[in-house]
Amino acid sequence: MSVQEREATVASAVSADRKRRRPVTGSLLVGGLIVAAVIGMALLSFVWTPHDPTLVDPSVRLQEPSSDYWFGTDKFGRDVFSQILVGSRTTLFVGFVAVGVAALIGVPLGIVAGMAPRWCGELLMRGNDLLLAFPALLLAIMFAAVYGAGTLVAMVAIGIASIPHFARLIRGGTLQIMRTEYVIAARAAGRGPFAIAVRHVLPNVSGLVIVQASVGFAIAVLAEAALSFLGFGTPPPTPSWGRMLQESQELLSIAPRLAVFPGVAIAVAVLGFNLLGDGLRDRFDPKLEDRR
Amino acid sequence: MTPAPGTAPAAATQDDVLAVRNLDVTVGGRTLVEDVGFTIRAGERVGLIGESGSGKSLTALSVMGLLPEGLRASGSVRLAGVDHDLVGADEARMSRVRGKEIAMVFQEPMTALNPTMRVGRQIAEVLLIHRTRPDRASARAAAVELLAQVGLPDPGAAAQAYPHQFSGGQRQRVVLAIALANDPALLVCDEPTTALDVTVQARVLDLIVRGVQDRRSAMLFITHDLAVVATACERVMVMYGGRLVESGPVREVFTRPRHRYTQGLIGASDLTVVDDRGRLATIRGSVPPAGRFPAGCVFRNRCDHATEVCATRPEWIPTGPDSGYACFHPVPGSAAPGATTPTNQEAGRG
Amino acid sequence: MAEQPTGAPPAPEPGTGPTEAISVHDVTRVYQRPRTSLRSASPPVHALRGVSFAIPQGQRFGIVGESGCGKSTLLRILAGLDRPTSGSVAIDGRDLTGLPERRLTFVRERLQLVFQDPMSSLDPRMRVGDIVAEPLVAQGHGNRRERVAELLEAVGLRADAADRYPHQFSGGQRQRISIARALAPRPKIIVADEPVSALDVSVRAQVLNLIADLVDELSLTLVFVSHDLSVVRHVCDRVAVMHAGQIVETGSTEQVYEDPRHSYTRRLIAAVPTLGRALSGVSAADLNREQRP
Repeated sequence: MSVQEREATVASAVSADRKRRRPVTGSLLVGGLIVAAVIGMALLSFVWTPHDPTLVDPSVRLQEPSSDYWFGTDKFGRDVFSQILVGSRTTLFVGFVAVGVAALIGVPLGIVAGMAPRWCGELLMRGNDLLLAFPALLLAIMFAAVYGAGTLVAMVAIGIASIPHFARLIRGGTLQIMRTEYVIAARAAGRGPFAIAVRHVLPNVSGLVIVQASVGFAIAVLAEAALSFLGFGTPPPTPSWGRMLQESQELLSIAPRLAVFPGVAIAVAVLGFNLLGDGLRDRFDPKLEDRR
Repeated sequence: MTPAPGTAPAAATQDDVLAVRNLDVTVGGRTLVEDVGFTIRAGERVGLIGESGSGKSLTALSVMGLLPEGLRASGSVRLAGVDHDLVGADEARMSRVRGKEIAMVFQEPMTALNPTMRVGRQIAEVLLIHRTRPDRASARAAAVELLAQVGLPDPGAAAQAYPHQFSGGQRQRVVLAIALANDPALLVCDEPTTALDVTVQARVLDLIVRGVQDRRSAMLFITHDLAVVATACERVMVMYGGRLVESGPVREVFTRPRHRYTQGLIGASDLTVVDDRGRLATIRGSVPPAGRFPAGCVFRNRCDHATEVCATRPEWIPTGPDSGYACFHPVPGSAAPGATTPTNQEAGRG
Repeated sequence: MAEQPTGAPPAPEPGTGPTEAISVHDVTRVYQRPRTSLRSASPPVHALRGVSFAIPQGQRFGIVGESGCGKSTLLRILAGLDRPTSGSVAIDGRDLTGLPERRLTFVRERLQLVFQDPMSSLDPRMRVGDIVAEPLVAQGHGNRRERVAELLEAVGLRADAADRYPHQFSGGQRQRISIARALAPRPKIIVADEPVSALDVSVRAQVLNLIADLVDELSLTLVFVSHDLSVVRHVCDRVAVMHAGQIVETGSTEQVYEDPRHSYTRRLIAAVPTLGRALSGVSAADLNREQRP
């Protein structure tokens, strides 16, 4: 009973309150603020941008930053700051699409693989491993070749490529939860597998899903940037941070700032999602909690 | 409010191995262990019993200087032969004491051993760290000897094995071998047999008792199991709600308990005595979470004898050099035949 | 001098009742462990090696054994959560061997489980009311709120406990919740797996009394699994001692405790430290000495 005693004393004293209201860690706070800022930019861009981000005006090509053009203009005379603002929409869109596709398929797959008979779960996971071995960007390029380049197509491809990450993680969590006595109690009570999946497994793996989603978001943002840079992502004229990078490369020696602004935007956004993921992991992962 | 003296003001003699005085353990604003004091003499085996939240493990961890992060100990813990107080001693000083002067056996033998290291090396390491053996070869030989002492068959081969190759009981014997390696002055055991099967428990318990007897080590044995304490120890201290509520020789405490909690605990754990409906004696209510016990007497919200006076803190009433209790309405001491306690029961009714 | 719990009808001997609550016939269970070597498969684990017994209606039947003796496997098979490799199990005369889980409704209605660890047996993300109601929902009973309140009261908790979460309760209270859940579908058989081993001593007696009260009031058949012979002796009429996947001895608890026939039972009883024996001078060395043949 000493384990329990120690748990009772230490846990109830140190983290009883933490169980309900654990302190907000630095990474959670910073990550949350950055993500909130990206969302704020996207919302703002619907109602206000300093200039039309797609307006081509050769008379103001390659302007240096000024009070009129905060981040300057590109080779077509478009306002870089406005493009960054509107580009955040693309960033969020790709994140939601990719993570949505990955989670909607990966989570049920992981739960099924975790609840199915052993051989069946193993089979699903080996298939999963095959997909995991396939490079995400290559898949996206193939999709672009077949269905044409476009943000949605690219992100569905990235989402599909991210399914194994979700499935693997959620299967692990499911296996753990299926071994708990409350699931055995539910089975003994007469609950069918579907009810157990929805009422017991899903709520208890939701923490894992949220953590993986925020990490997946960061991966998707990077992937979109990479694909747009390669020309397989968001087609013009829709502003995208990745394509801004691509367009800036031929002018890198003349106007390096054209690469710096979207580059920094991508880096900060990715950092924000990763920090948020880390912070949420600290908050949700019971294994880490035990080690405290 | 009565003044709170050191809880069990036992006469400090040269013979004392461990002297704990006014030990408090706090976290945030909550007090988990309050004003605990006791001494253990050389070769004496003392049990510390209590339920969850009683603070018994925290008391042991304070003695070892192993309190989890965020918990603070205050008061004094002195060990014979160590020239500083163990409370507040830094890690460097404590590490010279731990494993040499005090050693500990934990409940979970698997987590107490390094899974990637052969057990012979783990034992030899303790000997080398504290320079008890001059060189590696003699430490190795001593490790094999220790494994033989804890009754592992083929100790030579056992020294070459990894922890996962042993059963739970065998692992606990390895942990015991490590703890006894440097002939510690004090062995602290925290529920060492709780995770073991009863037949294995009998074995390990015997080895622990023999190990400390052979070395004339003192032992502080923490458990929730009254029968195990009665079997392994000479003296027992009862903790509840972070305080010592009663202490004394095993026979005296278990046959003539004075504190109402001790009385209730003995009644509730005796499965051979039932009422006319075949039901066991119980203590009402449940153990509050750590740090949430009532003020005054910590047991009063579950005690059938509690009165208004119990809202103040009961004083420690000594009944002998090593025994006493803290209760306003103790079990009448004279009721039991042959009671030798000089204390008048009325003395407690302040 | 342990008195038998009174109030229980004299238990009929197995085989004499019209239908036994539980009958187990020559059950074996072999596990195939995953390979650890490329060259050869791991040797199979024989968790149960031909276990047979029968429990008449209304009996309190104890199963005693140490870790790894197969008692957990046996429990899971009784509850239809695992299948025997060979042999058969019947609940109230109906064979459940070989039936898929969805066709075990009759087992779910008649037999419910109480677990050892009152923390891990309650879903931390569900309210107590939903936990207790789960068997009712699963089996399509109506009037759930009323029944949940009634159940919580029956196990000594306040009705407003239904709106709270498991972590807000102490270990003993959580075990009461677990018992309330087991009683929800009005089962006739309760299988309790070490229900008091994780509880504080001062709470253990309360929960044992509660179980005894409920078994009496609801005329339940109780299967009580424990490593602790003294608990089983207090609770049960009959006991089966398990060792290495087999039942080595069965009999009335008094007879097995006072006059154990099998050498393993003798060792088991001798190893248990008790307050009485300790105070009469039995030391750790004595307990250990009795372990050697």
